[in-house]
Amino acid sequence: MLGDGILKGMAETARNFFGSYVSKERLTTVEYPEQRIPTAENARVFPFLVYDGSDWQAGMRCVACQICEKECPPKCIYIEKSADKKPDYVGKQQFYPARFDIDVSVCMSCQICVEVCPFEAIKMDTQFELATTDRFGGLLFDRKELSRSNEYYHSIHPTEAAEVDARLAEEKAKVEAKAKAAAEAAAAKAAAAADAAPPAASPAKSEGGN
Amino acid sequence: MATNSFFVNLDQIFILLRNWLVGFLPAVLRPAAGVVLGVIAIVCVFPGLFALTTVFERKGLGRIQNRIGPNRVGPYGLLQPIADGIKSLTKEDIVPLSANAAVHFLAPMVLVVTVFMGFAVLPMGRNMVLVDMDAGLLFFFAMGAATELSVFMAGWSSRNKYSLLGAMRAVAQMISYEVVLLLSSVSVVMITGSLSLPKIVAAQSQYTNGFPHWYIFTPWGLAGFIMYAIAATAETNRSPFDLPEGESELVAGYHTEYSGFKFALFFLGEYLAMFSISGLGTTLFLGGWSAPFSFLTWVPSWFWFFGKVMLSIFVFIWMRGTLPRLRQDQLMNFAWKFVLPFTLLNLLVTALWRFMGEGWARWVVCTVILVAAYVVMGRLEMRSEHFGRRSYRYAE
Repeated sequence: MLGDGILKGMAETARNFFGSYVSKERLTTVEYPEQRIPTAENARVFPFLVYDGSDWQAGMRCVACQICEKECPPKCIYIEKSADKKPDYVGKQQFYPARFDIDVSVCMSCQICVEVCPFEAIKMDTQFELATTDRFGGLLFDRKELSRSNEYYHSIHPTEAAEVDARLAEEKAKVEAKAKAAAEAAAAKAAAAADAAPPAASPAKSEGGN
Repeated sequence: MATNSFFVNLDQIFILLRNWLVGFLPAVLRPAAGVVLGVIAIVCVFPGLFALTTVFERKGLGRIQNRIGPNRVGPYGLLQPIADGIKSLTKEDIVPLSANAAVHFLAPMVLVVTVFMGFAVLPMGRNMVLVDMDAGLLFFFAMGAATELSVFMAGWSSRNKYSLLGAMRAVAQMISYEVVLLLSSVSVVMITGSLSLPKIVAAQSQYTNGFPHWYIFTPWGLAGFIMYAIAATAETNRSPFDLPEGESELVAGYHTEYSGFKFALFFLGEYLAMFSISGLGTTLFLGGWSAPFSFLTWVPSWFWFFGKVMLSIFVFIWMRGTLPRLRQDQLMNFAWKFVLPFTLLNLLVTALWRFMGEGWARWVVCTVILVAAYVVMGRLEMRSEHFGRRSYRYAE
């Protein structure tokens, strides 16, 4: 009959109306500033720079390759390469960013910078309370404000951070193995050279002597 | 006897208060001062109710959607309307450059003034009517029709296509449902034989076996009340008939170009229209200020009037929380194909009721006719038409 659907709907809303006073489970929202839902592991807001160890300047993974700056669709990243070099996590001498600014008012949280970074240096943060009274300076983050420790990265994205650490450790092991192999090869070569040297040297010497 | 006179005094407290205040003035000024006091009371009470209703509506809708609703300003969020008022007062008032500034300025005023005029003839308690007009019902509808003018003034003067479309929709809708609103009230006039609202209430405030003679407790009254409620919802642009301000299609309808306090006036006008139309519905079908049982007649009459109005407002909010918005063609079909014919039939049934005299026969006959008509018309007129799969002549 005409109108019975309306009555059914009104019964349903009445049930919600009274039910929400009785059972707390019905309430789908939380009272935000006091109550918070922990952010999901895959949540992402704005990028940050990861550093290893305790000193943000020494441990900074970024090598100022400027790939992210070039790939950033809204062009919110500004990087200035350093003049000198510092050792990276495997000990290789690399450039580091003398300036690294992100304008979060321009950033669109696309995560492309994270995807293109070959050094695992830039990752997405879950911090969303970035309101400020200064809309120009307050929203332009420099490299110090962007730096977060690897432990912090582990705390917000544990799975992803573990993968990244495993990859970096593997790479480091590879580099070390290579270095070791190279050293061994060099040592072997040196030893071989040392073995071959006396006979080779004596004729030379003898030649020289001649 | 002492308690009895206490309740009589409580019932008439506002009248006594007015007479006491007017007593300080010379006799020449007294009638005019009495009217001015009544106007002040109306102009204060209903916007106060409006402020309360906005916060209760938001809380009610929240609860219907399993949310908490506003609870930040004051205890339980009750001071929210004050914050809203300050906000709308301090907002910039923007008038489009190409708008007709005079008409744009006048539209919200015309709305609020005409809506307030409607309250003049509503009996809000025993002897509590500002102007006891013989043709009060006619006056009320005349003022109600003027709100359409203000809506169109707003839409036309804004020089904005959304405003104009919203206003066109509003006028089409309001005129369609105005007919129903009037015709459903006519059946009450047929039975009472008077257009005076206090007389209509007096006719309903009699009791047999403790039950009142409210018109909603008769077959034609119930049918008339349902049709009146549908038309009233459409007339006040409330959901599910809120097409004129359908934000998904029209930004905000006729008040798109209004900001600041002018917007607040539109908002106020809309809620005041809701109060006045609920007040009229209460007066016509729910026995106005009369008590629902004869043993409750000691409760002040104004309490019953405002209680019934607030109950109607609650139903308005409940419907808003339940029903989705109609489409324009559904709205028009519903008005002209179902509500209007049913209301016309109800007039016939009312006449039957009037001339069949006392007895059970008229109950049976009227109920059978109305229920049968409801079922048959609901089936025939409101059936959804299936045209089958759409076929393409040239494509494919």
